[in-house]
Amino acid sequence: MTVSYTLLGLLNEADRHGYDLKQSYDRRFGTARPLRFGQVYRTLAQLERDGLVEVVGVEQGAGPDRKRYSITPDGVTDLERWLSEPEDPRPQLQTVLFTKVVLALLSGQPADEFLERQRQRHLAVMRDLTTARRGAALRDSMLIDYQLFHIEADLRWIDHAAGRLDTLAAEI
Amino acid sequence: MADERPPLLAGRGLHKSFGLTPALRGADISVAAGEVLAVMGPSGSGKSTLLHCLAGILTPDRGEVVFDGQRVDRMPDKARSRLRRGEFGFVFQFGQLVPELPVLENIAFPLLLGGESRRAALAAAESWLPRLGLADVADRLPGEVSGGQGQRVAVARALVAGPRVIFADEPTGSLDSVAADQVMELLVATARSESVSVVLVTHEPRVAAYADRQVTVRDGRTMLPAVLS
Repeated sequence: MTVSYTLLGLLNEADRHGYDLKQSYDRRFGTARPLRFGQVYRTLAQLERDGLVEVVGVEQGAGPDRKRYSITPDGVTDLERWLSEPEDPRPQLQTVLFTKVVLALLSGQPADEFLERQRQRHLAVMRDLTTARRGAALRDSMLIDYQLFHIEADLRWIDHAAGRLDTLAAEI
Repeated sequence: MADERPPLLAGRGLHKSFGLTPALRGADISVAAGEVLAVMGPSGSGKSTLLHCLAGILTPDRGEVVFDGQRVDRMPDKARSRLRRGEFGFVFQFGQLVPELPVLENIAFPLLLGGESRRAALAAAESWLPRLGLADVADRLPGEVSGGQGQRVAVARALVAGPRVIFADEPTGSLDSVAADQVMELLVATARSESVSVVLVTHEPRVAAYADRQVTVRDGRTMLPAVLS
């Protein structure tokens, strides 16, 4: 899911071939886990079927034909909706949050507003958990504590990221 | 979450500088009767200054503070002191208990200051002891109780005069997480049962999660509701 939107976001920055897409993905998001070519082309085919990207040119060279992809207006709308939507807290959320921040900056969307909405979503979940903990049995209450501490760690990252947006924007 | 209740206390367009350093740069905030509101933000964001302006401890350079229809920022000092004593209660991070007085007298302190008889003040203070789990430490000095107990004494003292708003500035800032939870449980439960509003300044999300609503302050401004919707 995140990979589809990430490719959309990179195409929103500029039209690209599959090979270029893989390169920019790996450079910006994939240092730990580079994208496989097969996944790039499968994802692009799916995005094309959904009408979110289109082929705007085919270059013939020594190797296989190189299709040049462009994001469609539907693709832009879908991307912008995804970038503005906060995520529900869950384990391993850092990849998608980081991706959204970078793509928001690349797409000229307000990354600070996204982070603030994300804060609000996290805080709302913490509020619900805190309410649920009231009067809960000790075992349940301790499990809720565990969730609360983890969501709080996410929030610290969100606040920290908000403080480093300018630096990140300059770098990308 | 927009609140439909009319505000009991509101600050609008608040500006406040200390020398050349602006602490508030157009902050807007409102608290409904009985609402628990958390004010969050990084250190230096202006959240404590905002609390002090709302509580009538500081006067804003610009903007207005309205409590129950009265302009707090325009009140003469005497009226403002009366308001703070009668309608507001305060819980700070530390240093608020009188070290020479036992717990019971610390709780009774605002009533004594307000001219209540000693007997009536102590009786009122005593009624708060069991509710805040302090019955066993009534005769101890603040130096002889734990950090969590000390903060619960501060909560009792903030409530004893029957305020309509409690201002709590990092009330759990010096406590471990278990003691912090106890203080927050009691502060919020008691405020709700007494229909007292709470303005809670904190940088800790776990503490802010006790509130009905959270407002974020950054660079002296409250974040726009439009951003949060």
